[in-house]
Amino acid sequence: MSDVVVYSIVSLSVLGTLAAIILYIIAQKFKVYEDPRIDKVQEALPGANCGGCGMPGCRPFAEELVKADDISELNCPVADNEAMGEIAKILGKELGEKTPLVAVVKCNGSPEHRPKTSHYEGASECRIATELYRGESDCPYGCLGLGECERACKFDAIHINKETGLPVVTDEKCTACNACVVACPRDIIELRKKNKKDRKVYVSCINEDKGGIARKSCKVACIGCGKCVEVCQFDAITLENNLAYIDSYKCTLCRKCPPVCPTNAILEENFPPRKEKKKAGDSAANKS
Amino acid sequence: MSKLLTVSPSPHTFGGDNVKKLMYGVILALLPALAVSVYFFGIGALVVTAVSIISCIGFEYLIQKFLMKTEPTISDGSAAVTGLLLAFNLPSNLPVWIIIIGALVSIGVGKMSFGGLGNNPFNPALVGRVFMLISFPVQMTSWPEPVAARTQYTDAVTGATPLDVMKEGIADGVPVSQLMGEVPGYLDLFIGRMGGCIGEISAAALILGGIYLLVRKIISWHIPVSIIATIAVFTGILWGANPEANADPVFHILTGGILLGAIFMATDYATSPMTAKGMWIYGVGIGIITVTIRVWGAYPEGMSFAILIMNAFVPVINKYVKPKRFGEEIKNG
Amino acid sequence: MLKTFPKGGVHPAENKVTASKPIETLPVPKTVSIPVAQHLGAPSTPEVKKGDTVKAGQLIAKSSAFVSTNIHSSVSGKVLKVDKVTDTSGYRQTAVVIQVEGDEWDESIDTGKELKKDTGLTGEEIRNKTLEAGIVGLGGATFPSHIKLSVPKGKKAEVLIINGAECEPYLTADHRLMLEKGEELMVGIRLLMKALDVEKAMIGIENNKPDAIEHLSSLAGKYKGVSVHPLKVMYPQGAEKQLIKALINREVPSGGLPIDVGTVVHNVGTAVAVYEAVQKNKPLIERVVTVSGESLKNPGNFMVRIGTPVSELIEAAGGLPDDTGKIISGGPMMGKALNSLEVPIAKGTSGILVFPENKAKRDKPQNCIRCAKCVSICPMGLEPYLLRSASEREMWEMVENERVMDCMECGSCSYICPSRLPLLDYIRLGKSTVSKIIRSRKQ
Repeated sequence: MSDVVVYSIVSLSVLGTLAAIILYIIAQKFKVYEDPRIDKVQEALPGANCGGCGMPGCRPFAEELVKADDISELNCPVADNEAMGEIAKILGKELGEKTPLVAVVKCNGSPEHRPKTSHYEGASECRIATELYRGESDCPYGCLGLGECERACKFDAIHINKETGLPVVTDEKCTACNACVVACPRDIIELRKKNKKDRKVYVSCINEDKGGIARKSCKVACIGCGKCVEVCQFDAITLENNLAYIDSYKCTLCRKCPPVCPTNAILEENFPPRKEKKKAGDSAANKS
Repeated sequence: MSKLLTVSPSPHTFGGDNVKKLMYGVILALLPALAVSVYFFGIGALVVTAVSIISCIGFEYLIQKFLMKTEPTISDGSAAVTGLLLAFNLPSNLPVWIIIIGALVSIGVGKMSFGGLGNNPFNPALVGRVFMLISFPVQMTSWPEPVAARTQYTDAVTGATPLDVMKEGIADGVPVSQLMGEVPGYLDLFIGRMGGCIGEISAAALILGGIYLLVRKIISWHIPVSIIATIAVFTGILWGANPEANADPVFHILTGGILLGAIFMATDYATSPMTAKGMWIYGVGIGIITVTIRVWGAYPEGMSFAILIMNAFVPVINKYVKPKRFGEEIKNG
Repeated sequence: MLKTFPKGGVHPAENKVTASKPIETLPVPKTVSIPVAQHLGAPSTPEVKKGDTVKAGQLIAKSSAFVSTNIHSSVSGKVLKVDKVTDTSGYRQTAVVIQVEGDEWDESIDTGKELKKDTGLTGEEIRNKTLEAGIVGLGGATFPSHIKLSVPKGKKAEVLIINGAECEPYLTADHRLMLEKGEELMVGIRLLMKALDVEKAMIGIENNKPDAIEHLSSLAGKYKGVSVHPLKVMYPQGAEKQLIKALINREVPSGGLPIDVGTVVHNVGTAVAVYEAVQKNKPLIERVVTVSGESLKNPGNFMVRIGTPVSELIEAAGGLPDDTGKIISGGPMMGKALNSLEVPIAKGTSGILVFPENKAKRDKPQNCIRCAKCVSICPMGLEPYLLRSASEREMWEMVENERVMDCMECGSCSYICPSRLPLLDYIRLGKSTVSKIIRSRKQ
């Protein structure tokens, strides 16, 4: 009995040692040199592998950062300035200026605003529904509500609101990785400049139909009347294809445009309540 | 019109089969074999089958409800099929506690650990069966005598299966012609008057079930035919080379789990190849491995092992064996 | 043995309840909306504007590209507007909306009923007439017919195949046409043969239309080179590639056209339309539409002006039943569900089906049980289960390598799937994505 134990211990140890030697030789022989900074950079990156930088994951992005001479164009949307600063320190390179962005859903077509005219039954994917027809409402531009963006988000930052059937972005969680923007087959989601206290003013509609048709399909559609363009003093609003667009880089959040919109298509969020609605409207009218 | 029109992509009409119907079809096809078994093995067969089915369904329910936290899908009948097939691979005198352990391994390890219905790479019933065979070799290889064991359960009179007799006899150098006298005749083998697992004894009942499955288009003919044909050819060659040291093909096909395996176990949807060509490769592989184990291996029967081994090859077969695409080769005739 | 294609196929319940209903002519509606994109290819360019008066048969939109065709007014009256109207696609597309006044036809059209057998026209002239008359494939694909008639250089058509299979359940429009316009069909076939310069034409008809097979067989004797072939009842027997395989046992190569194997396929409806265009100078302004469904009071086959709203047809078939859940343009296997009753009938609309609510809903999908039924029934030899999972996971390269572009969207896989998985939904997604990728690669 004891013989068996001794033999097995000896033979297994010999085998184990042999294997270790072989592995060591192979590891030495086939060693590939890798810049040790790649590992360090990768460690500093958030490791979300979201693809927001345009690379397949964090490792390739780290390689790219190490390889590039100028990293001001390379930007991880998820990493905060501190993390990027650390990376810049590791590499000894200059950082680019980074404007924080946030995803904004530009459709406000809840069933209340945009009556359902048909019932969709099929694979629950926006991409499939949009190829089939214009969707459950009459608006061929609006959100289909099947949650492609929700599934694409790796940061739990966008969710379909069950009541409105529309996606809602949690600003604190959004890293502006662009995944939802790519996922949405109707290009409803836009990355806009992040403002103080998450304040935003935007046209929550992308309907390019003529006013009458747009209004018919959705009560809060942009009808392209141009009133907001007139009231804006900063040239931030443009009107194209019956649709107003507010440039988030030019907008100063003066809040003159929301009150003049006849369909309430321009939304203002996270502002303190207006003192008196009437007064705000008056002053806007006076200045224009 | 008060309601909204439904809009969906084509097609707008669907065939009559669904998972439930297919599964209950399999159960229906297995009933004749169960009936024969109850006739020969009596209450033992009934108790083992009932315990197996109930525990399989129970485990599936519990795992889905509390571990996977999904809506239990026990009503689709797939757990019942696993339970029934597991029971069919067990002797009728097996104690209840072993069956419950087997059912847990079948459902828990063989099926749910891979994600449930359709995701399991190995036939769950066979995973359970092989686990039991290795863990409880004594209980799993004591075979109640047909008819004599009708009113007994765990204390049933046991004897050897025809395959045991043949394997041991050949190993001892007894000529096959003499051994054939010690095993039941072909008619008895066909009807099922022999020792063995609950479901495998009656060739007649299994073939009847198989015909039903083929007519209902629940299975395709490729797998059973390729397995049985391979076994017939392989054992036929061996028998032709030395009829005194090898049993004839008819004996091989009628005994043991070949028909049960070929018709019901190997054709399990999730664990068999998707294309006709792949099914042929799979069937031929099972046939060769089964005969190899039977003739040269340590076990008298090799069907379960053969199916499990070929199950492992199914993903590779699916990857490399493609159906003939329409318009692939230009044939102008 | 009846001829059929060798691999795959399904057999849905036929439900050809309207097979014995003669074609009724639907009265001219009050307004018609004629979309400018009723065919595969580039939309036609509108030639009329608001306020113009038009006659039935007058050109209102002109062919705008090589793959495009002309569109004619189907009624006489005044153009109300040229605007966007919801059409079969479920989106708003440009259409010419005409308010009907009387029913005055263009003078050049011969409205007489007598059969005109002989033609002095050359093949080239027949082809031009086909384009002028705006004829497209009436089986549902709506590919402009004149292109199919012009054989590319270096290729030779040997045989003309006429598709009378009508393998879709419910639809009987082609069946009635074969019975009621058999002579016109035969002359149309002779014209097509002349245009293609072939000596042989084969009509393939599914065996569930014995009266049509008998009728056309008796006529075929009088027309040189035309023969009738009964086919096994099996969906998709009427798919172009499957029909060619069944009739002349040639396989159109992957990505190829029928002309690559020396044949051209036209639908029976197209052949009749060609007869009318060439012999009677009548453009494609009306077609036969089957209106069917279990709960309709008066299902039937109707001769309808292009642009008539679907609601008018349903009225003619006994009104919209209370339990309506879905309205389909085309057959139940490949047709499109409509989201509005005001959608106009287009050149490719072969049927309008009204499905009750219980048939409109889909069952909840379950896990794929890998039963391999989809693989065994796919007439193109594809693996739908694999294409679905690869499309769902956006593995486009794999989707392409698994030959997604060969899929003709016949729907057999979704039909057969016991787990009720939306296989075709995902395959279609894969197909459109892969075709975008291929297009961007070519640029």
